[in-house]
Amino acid sequence: MIALQDVSVQAGAFRLNRISLHIPTGEYGILMGKTGCGKTTLLEAICGLKRVVSGTITLGDRDVTRLKPAERGIGFVPQDKALFSTMTVYEHLAFALRIRNWDDHALDTRVCELAELLGISALLTRRPYGLSGGESQRVALGRALSAHPHVLCLDEPLSALDEDTRQEICDLLATIQTQLGVTVLHITHDPHEATRLAQHIFRLEEGVIRSSTLDSRDTTAPQQLRN
Amino acid sequence: MTSTDSEAPDRAPHKVRSDTPFFVGLFLLSGVYLFLIVAMILANSAYTSVDIFARTLASPEIRYAIKLSLITCSVTTILSLWVATALGYCMSRFEFRGKSLLDSVLDIPIVLPPLVIGLSLLILFRSGPGIWFENLFVALTGYRITYAIPGVILAQFMVACAFAVRTMRATFDEIPARCEHVALTLGCSRSQAFWSVSLPEARRGLLVAATLAWARSLGEFGPILIFAGATRMKTEVMPTSVFLQMSIGDIESAVAVSMLMILAAMAVLVVVRLWGTESYVR
Repeated sequence: MIALQDVSVQAGAFRLNRISLHIPTGEYGILMGKTGCGKTTLLEAICGLKRVVSGTITLGDRDVTRLKPAERGIGFVPQDKALFSTMTVYEHLAFALRIRNWDDHALDTRVCELAELLGISALLTRRPYGLSGGESQRVALGRALSAHPHVLCLDEPLSALDEDTRQEICDLLATIQTQLGVTVLHITHDPHEATRLAQHIFRLEEGVIRSSTLDSRDTTAPQQLRN
Repeated sequence: MTSTDSEAPDRAPHKVRSDTPFFVGLFLLSGVYLFLIVAMILANSAYTSVDIFARTLASPEIRYAIKLSLITCSVTTILSLWVATALGYCMSRFEFRGKSLLDSVLDIPIVLPPLVIGLSLLILFRSGPGIWFENLFVALTGYRITYAIPGVILAQFMVACAFAVRTMRATFDEIPARCEHVALTLGCSRSQAFWSVSLPEARRGLLVAATLAWARSLGEFGPILIFAGATRMKTEVMPTSVFLQMSIGDIESAVAVSMLMILAAMAVLVVVRLWGTESYVR
């Protein structure tokens, strides 16, 4: 579950006031809004990267408002992916596990399992330099998912991808959410992405969240888009 | 003629002036400086010979100066890298009151005349806290600072570190903070994110900062002369040798030592270009 209750966030001169939203456990929420309206700031506040002035953020059954990012049990994929240029794909997937002192065998098993799920087994020895947009996105997703987070925060994960790759990653996101039962908050501008993936849509307009819940995902949307 | 005709732009084909004067200007301005650099080095090498080189290198004083230069420059570089990494990181990552003032303070060693830095250091170590610190240092290590080898290192460090700080700040500015943010969400503390993500990303900047610090230290003369003195077989580094050889009229030895410094500087440049580029592009 991701629940924000009257959350106010301060980021330099920019401020978001009394934002509330709720995504039930294991469901997919999409956050939309104009450029500069504060979507990324809100996502970063959930991740613990922006200062929350007031209100509470609950992830799962824990109030994480004052917890450090490392203690929140989240996977974060920023818009620019922010891959580590000095590390191989394997090291990306193993990063969160090494920090948690996993033993080598368990770590290797988890990395191989994730690589298979994401279709990047052949890339494990490569470094980010030279990876395609789709491959980079898969690596960033794998890095975020490796330590079994309960919550996945995605900042425009499909922007800057060509149409076919966008479709592939879109399918992959739906698969990940279904298979792993992770609660997702995904920022996008694209209404097709929203109808394809979302169970809950939130629009951030003039500092206010308007939410709507969809009965079922429109799985035909990507095909319509392609035609 | 209608009003529309009178306002219409000239329909004649647009002619562009030749680019030649522009390129000639660029070439001349750049060429003069490059020519001076190369001519200077060539003149130096023409002035010396293998015999003079051998004679100079056989001198125990010069060998001591070379050894001391290599040791002090390396120690200065290591110290500068630690300080520059910390300061460069703070200046790049954090916003705080008085940051622009601190930024200006960090430039002081770059803009101050080197002699003034030496003199200021000497005055500092003649003040109450300076004397206390030197006595403490003597008690701990058995070495004095002023007019001794630690003084050589401190004099080199004061200038070299400022250049290393500038380089490290620019390096961290270029590394997106986002990578560290991701590392924090993956379970890292600030310190783990720094050591495992930011510092490896900054490896090229570290190499450049180390090179700059080393090269600056190798050429440092003014502050060392004032703060550590120019005593043979004690605080004599390579630039001091050039000065001492010149002062006794042995210009050929002075040039030979200068050539050694030029060769060392060029070797450092080549290493940085090859290693730095390769590790960056991968």
